Amino acid sequence: MADFQYDVDADGIATITWDVPNKSMNVLNIEASQELEALVDKVLADDAVKGAVITSGKADFAGGMDLNVIAKMKEMAGDNPAKGLFDGIMGFHQMTRKIERAGMDAKTNKGGKPIAAALPGTALGIGFEIPLACHRIFAADNPKAKIGLPEILVGIFPGAGGTTRISRKLDMMTGSPVLMNGKLSDPQAAKRLGLIDEVVPADELLSSAKEWVKNATDADIVKPWDQKGFKMPGGAPYHPAGFMNYVGASAMIHGKTQGVYPAARAMLSAIYEGAQVPFDTAIKIEARWFTNVLMNPSSSAMIKTIFTNKTALEKGAVRPEGVADMSVKKVGVMGAGMMGAGIAFVSAKVGIDVVLVDRDQEACDRGLASVTDILDQGIKRKKVTEEKKAEILSHINATPDYDALKGCDLIVEAVFEDPAIKATVTKAVEEQLEPSAIFATNTSTLPITELAKASRDDTRFIGIHFFSPVHKMNLVEIIKGANTGPEAVAKALDFVRQIKKTPIVVNDERFFYANRCILPYVNEGITMLAEGVEPALIENAAKLLGMPLGPLQLADEVSIDLSVKIVKATQAALGDDYKGTNAEEILFKLFDEDRMGRKNGAGFYAYDEKGKRTGIWEGLRENWPVSDEQPDLAQVQHRLAMQQVLEAVRSFEDGVLEDIREGDVGAILGWGFMPWSGGPFSWLDIIGADKAVEICDDLTEKFGERFTTPALLRELSKNGETFYGRFGPEAKADAA
Amino acid sequence: MTEAYIYDAIRTPRGKGKKDGALHEVTAVKLSADVLNGIADRNNLEDTSQIEDVIWGNVTQVGEQGACLARSAVLYSDLDERVPGVSVNRFCASGLEAVNMAANQVRGGAGNAYIAGGVESMSRVPMGMDGGAIAVDPYLAMKAYFVPQGISSDIIATKYGFSRDMCDEYAVESHRRAVAATAAGHFDKSRVAVNDQNGLEISRVDEQIREGTNMQGLGSLNPSFKAMGEVMPGFDAVALMKYPELERINHVHHAGNSSAISDGAAAVLIGNKEFGEANGLKPRARIKSTAKIGTDPTIMLTGPVPVTEKILAQTGMNINDIDLFEVNEAFASVVLRFQTYFNVDRDKLNVNGGAIAMGHPLGATGAMILGTLLDEMERDDKETGLATLCIGSGMGAATIIERV
Repeated sequence: MADFQYDVDADGIATITWDVPNKSMNVLNIEASQELEALVDKVLADDAVKGAVITSGKADFAGGMDLNVIAKMKEMAGDNPAKGLFDGIMGFHQMTRKIERAGMDAKTNKGGKPIAAALPGTALGIGFEIPLACHRIFAADNPKAKIGLPEILVGIFPGAGGTTRISRKLDMMTGSPVLMNGKLSDPQAAKRLGLIDEVVPADELLSSAKEWVKNATDADIVKPWDQKGFKMPGGAPYHPAGFMNYVGASAMIHGKTQGVYPAARAMLSAIYEGAQVPFDTAIKIEARWFTNVLMNPSSSAMIKTIFTNKTALEKGAVRPEGVADMSVKKVGVMGAGMMGAGIAFVSAKVGIDVVLVDRDQEACDRGLASVTDILDQGIKRKKVTEEKKAEILSHINATPDYDALKGCDLIVEAVFEDPAIKATVTKAVEEQLEPSAIFATNTSTLPITELAKASRDDTRFIGIHFFSPVHKMNLVEIIKGANTGPEAVAKALDFVRQIKKTPIVVNDERFFYANRCILPYVNEGITMLAEGVEPALIENAAKLLGMPLGPLQLADEVSIDLSVKIVKATQAALGDDYKGTNAEEILFKLFDEDRMGRKNGAGFYAYDEKGKRTGIWEGLRENWPVSDEQPDLAQVQHRLAMQQVLEAVRSFEDGVLEDIREGDVGAILGWGFMPWSGGPFSWLDIIGADKAVEICDDLTEKFGERFTTPALLRELSKNGETFYGRFGPEAKADAA
Repeated sequence: MTEAYIYDAIRTPRGKGKKDGALHEVTAVKLSADVLNGIADRNNLEDTSQIEDVIWGNVTQVGEQGACLARSAVLYSDLDERVPGVSVNRFCASGLEAVNMAANQVRGGAGNAYIAGGVESMSRVPMGMDGGAIAVDPYLAMKAYFVPQGISSDIIATKYGFSRDMCDEYAVESHRRAVAATAAGHFDKSRVAVNDQNGLEISRVDEQIREGTNMQGLGSLNPSFKAMGEVMPGFDAVALMKYPELERINHVHHAGNSSAISDGAAAVLIGNKEFGEANGLKPRARIKSTAKIGTDPTIMLTGPVPVTEKILAQTGMNINDIDLFEVNEAFASVVLRFQTYFNVDRDKLNVNGGAIAMGHPLGATGAMILGTLLDEMERDDKETGLATLCIGSGMGAATIIERV
């Protein structure tokens, strides 16, 4: 079936309507691109047609490229994937360039046919790169529409001419948020930025575009970059005005990406090299760099985890089969502290009725006040309107009265992390609930199976671990207790889908998944400190891995007292099996000196009176002197990375994780694990099991058995396998 | 092997490299021609066609310094038109590199005599006007962890623990020595006045030396590279990626403890024994060895240390065999690094001051400090001297000379 409709009106203006059958959103694949190109040929060849408008038959224009296209292109040139990609990308360029040049004479720029884009709604990625090739872009005044080029966020860059066109349309300062940060704009903002030309009422979209086509002159349809004497806005690289922009851009991108994101570097090279040559050469250069990025394993890993697998999990990839829709209608949130208020907010925001319960009205009101605070911040940043605020608040009933919980189909309990208190609350709440209701506990440390013992029905009892702050952190860790049933899992997943977050489902084991992996990272950093490693080296090594926070800074964020509490609890739980670490001495010393981290303005770091970090606390180097001999950067990085990665592998080995996709998505969303790597399992696949084993064996010899190579990793190395090759969704499908 | 000798060395004054500098009115090609004529005249070279080549250091080779300035300078001068010319760019060491190339050509038997040296009119052809991929091409800038030189000088200070006070003290001493050397006439032998076409004097002094430079005065200056390091565009982040053992970069350098932007030219007459005999000239020194090296481009300016180790190794000497050192004062930390690494007595190092006091006309400085070194060796009756410079993009160059 055709993805595009074609018809010509009485004025001789063709309308090319993009409307992919059986999809709610248009996405472009190779065949569709060829189809569009053929329709443009038709417009150009038909003397009765004066020009064309490209629009959409859906509420939005297009969501971007069908990312499967990348894999397809790689196969197009046999055993030379780079050639397949390059040729494929040049195919897109040929199509967009045909629109842009519209049949005009190469020398005189005369005789072309005007082609306008009419965007009813969202236009992203190649769904905006096609309009960028058109001669004028109209957008319906639809505040929900998002316009922009978000490619950089999944590890690639706008490679269908977007990079080259934006860098010729906007100077580097203006264009940089669009290209480098993937900033999206609503139509009004897009017009202000210069991304589009006109914003018109929705019902006048097509007529306005047609009217323009009807009256457009030869001069109206020649792009500045196709005219003689074109100058790069803001100056080309070796123009005095542009010089410092380019010097600065490299430095800024380098520092910001810490050198680990190939896409940003490649895009900047495409802009720089492209700025010095004519447009047609520039898009060829863009295609070479885009090919280079698509060939980089980091980009494939990022697309796989941050796009493909994250989307799959959000769409219920691990939802138990055969369980009917369990969407939440009324949720009871127990505990109106920071977590409870956050959970109430994200639920009310999507229209779920919330009963927010705490021990007295005062506590409930405090919870409601924190929700109001979040909304007011949104209003300040113009993300929320007063009406929206009122509507969200109207969904929340903050009351100490347990009777109000009647009719709740889900409870999320977020009271103090104390099993006895939780048990009391569980029993009291369940008295108000229908037997079909699901009871979820939000805990980050307590075993679910134990907590479930307080429940009247442990098959309908589950852990839902939100990360703090709830309204900002997108991962939700769902924990199955020993007896948790499929309906509870489905309920939790449906709830997470409703609140537009990303779920992973794990089994019940100490610290579940995310915390289990991040704690050893923090510990390893502190252990190195105890060994005499320069603290700056520890922190910078982590950042050079692409970790958002160094282990010492993270320890300050988590707070030293919590870490000490965790150490003590672990000691108590493991008894004689507990193996002490060098890190504990340091943690206890900081604790004794009342250096609790960011919260009291003193920790591994020093802080000023406003709570801003001023530098590593000088006392660290006094108490734990820095050795003259420092390890090389790679060793520090291996230790920090492997402590997280090995824990992820062990989680998979011992069944806490059932799906490596969840391990990767959870790692990036949960604790910011090296996003460029696609997650711990993807990273191991990138470096290869052989190399991983070599690193682990070396570290085990030097630093002890916490680096012991997991049997599974050794097996993969022996068999020459990868994690995704053996455990990925395709492998699973083949096996089934 | 044929030996290469220095027969003579001259230089112009080092002028302030700004629009109000004494040499701003003089073109780079005239400055060059002046020292070419000066050295030929002073040595009574009647037949200049014996000069095999003019090898001319020059960094910013655009505008009037473009299109092979060396050849233009020959044609502007009174030298025989059969003398060709080649411009060479090894950034701040260009003048010394020109000498080294000439010496090595002589040693290799390619011609009897050369004039080597260089020029830079930084007031007329500002630094950076020739662009350059290393800072601008994103692939290269990121691969090389590019930061500007000022940031590099601050990395050196941070990594090796040179405080602002240490750098300022070094600068104060540079001025003090330059003032004393000028008063005592130490520069008179090689420094020649620049005159106009009518023989009227334009400049005869190194105008940037400041008598009475002191710690209080320098202390009031703001660091020059803090903003570009910490704010826009944030080069410190790049520096820390390459030097992750540092928590932050201490920005200690400023206009007062860095070399000044400057105008000037210098020429060195180099030849074999036969050349001297044929022209009745007595060699002043033998060029014992030359060396160059590449180093980490981010810290960039530590080259004098490894290139000195290299040149000592290849001559079988050790640091104590050197009686006098000229280490170009690009930034205070560069010399402090050299001094502390080799534990060199300050009384042997830059005894007449250096570029912090006098200025650093990029393409000429290498040849200038070699001349200063030779003059001082003769004055103080020292046998062996070493000149070395740090170089942009991470390089180092050195020359060892011996009196004969």
